[in-house]
Order: sequence, then C-alpha cells, then structure tokens
Amino acid sequence: MGDVKPDTTLDCKGMNCPMPIIKTKKAIGQLTPGQVLLVEVTDAGSKSDIPALLRRTGDELVEMKESEGVFTFMIRKK
Amino acid sequence: MSEKKKRIAIIASKGTLDMAYPPLILASTAVAMDAEAAIFFTLYGVDIVNKKKNRSLKVAPIANPAMPSPVPFPNILGVLPGMTSLATIMMNGMIKKINWPSIPELLNLCIESGVRMIACTPTLEMTGVKKEDLVEGVEVAGAAEFLDFAFDADISLFV
Repeated sequence: MGDVKPDTTLDCKGMNCPMPIIKTKKAIGQLTPGQVLLVEVTDAGSKSDIPALLRRTGDELVEMKESEGVFTFMIRKK
Repeated sequence: MSEKKKRIAIIASKGTLDMAYPPLILASTAVAMDAEAAIFFTLYGVDIVNKKKNRSLKVAPIANPAMPSPVPFPNILGVLPGMTSLATIMMNGMIKKINWPSIPELLNLCIESGVRMIACTPTLEMTGVKKEDLVEGVEVAGAAEFLDFAFDADISLFV
C-alpha cells in the first residue's frame, strides 16, 4: 500500500455495523498523533461508514482499497 | 474539533429483542463519531437495562408480517404456544450469523464509551424494578432530566 507503513493493524473481517466503527475508533484512540492504523473490513457498509467516522473525528484517511471483498483502510491519527 | 459536540437523544420504549438493538447501535456509534449520546429507557424499554431480563429478550411473530420465516406461514399461527420462543431462537441465530454483539455486550460498550443511560423512574415504580436490578452505570431519572439533555440535541429519536 504505497509507502505508508502501518504502526498497528486491526482485523474487523466478518464483523458487521457498528462493530468495525467502534473497534476502529478504539484503535485510533490508542495511537499517538501521526501514527497509522490499517483496518481490514468485509462489511460493505464500511466503505462509506469509515470515511464518515473520520469526517467526524478529523483523522485522515490516507488510503482505501478493495480486494476480493476485503476493504483496507489506512488511517493517520490527527 | 473544538466546536460544540453534536448530540443525539434517543427514547427506547420497547423491550423486544429486535427493538433493543437500534438505540444501542446508534448511541454507541454516535459516541465513536465524537458526539454525545443519551438513551432514555421507558416502559418496556427498561427491560433492555434490566439485568434479570436483558439476556433473554424475545421477539413475537404474531402481528409481525415482516418476520422472515423458513416456510410460508400464516401470521395468525403466531398465537400458537411456543411460537414466540421459536421466533426468538431464529432471530438469535440471525444475530449470531452476522456477528453482532449480544444486548449485554452492546450495553457494556455504550456505558464504557460514555453514553448516558437513563432509566425512567415512574416505570421502575410501576413495574417494581429496583435500581439494583439495573445494569451498573445506568442512571435513574425522570422526563425533565432527559429533556434537559434532549433540548440541545441535534437528533432525537423515539424507538
């Protein structure tokens, strides 16, 4: 995924709304500003839900990609 | 963000398994999105925060034509003994299939994340439910306390 390396990885595969959002938020809370979190999700709603979460928290969505039903998000804590 | 936090105020008035989920999901998600959330549990909704009841909430098929069924099923048969248990087993199966947390787990998530959980005092009085019967972290208060929070809410919902 580009040249950004994640500091932490969160596996939310198989979970459904709202769990990926709640777990992602918790994981962001454990980072220090500037650190990067990689989240993997299979819930199709997350494609718009994770960006919506980040619009509210102000953290940065560095990259999002989809491959074989898995959405991968790179998030940088503000 | 330094501006005033968004706020959601929800009234949970139903004590069935299906209707217990939306208030808890919306409130916990709202807090994850840096908003403030409160749920006012009133009437049957108090069952959701009642430790003695919230592990065994039920859903009834009668008068619920939307309920999915493995076989074509005249709704009136929902009056038969055991149908509520059967429907509840089916719904619990569907909940498990999508990996949703149980109601007690979701309640814990709400309380941990700072959702204000308020149980309605007249309901407790009416049903004989004691504060000790409620999940730890649930406040007991009346309409005015909830409204004081809800007056400044951006979203208010009655479930």
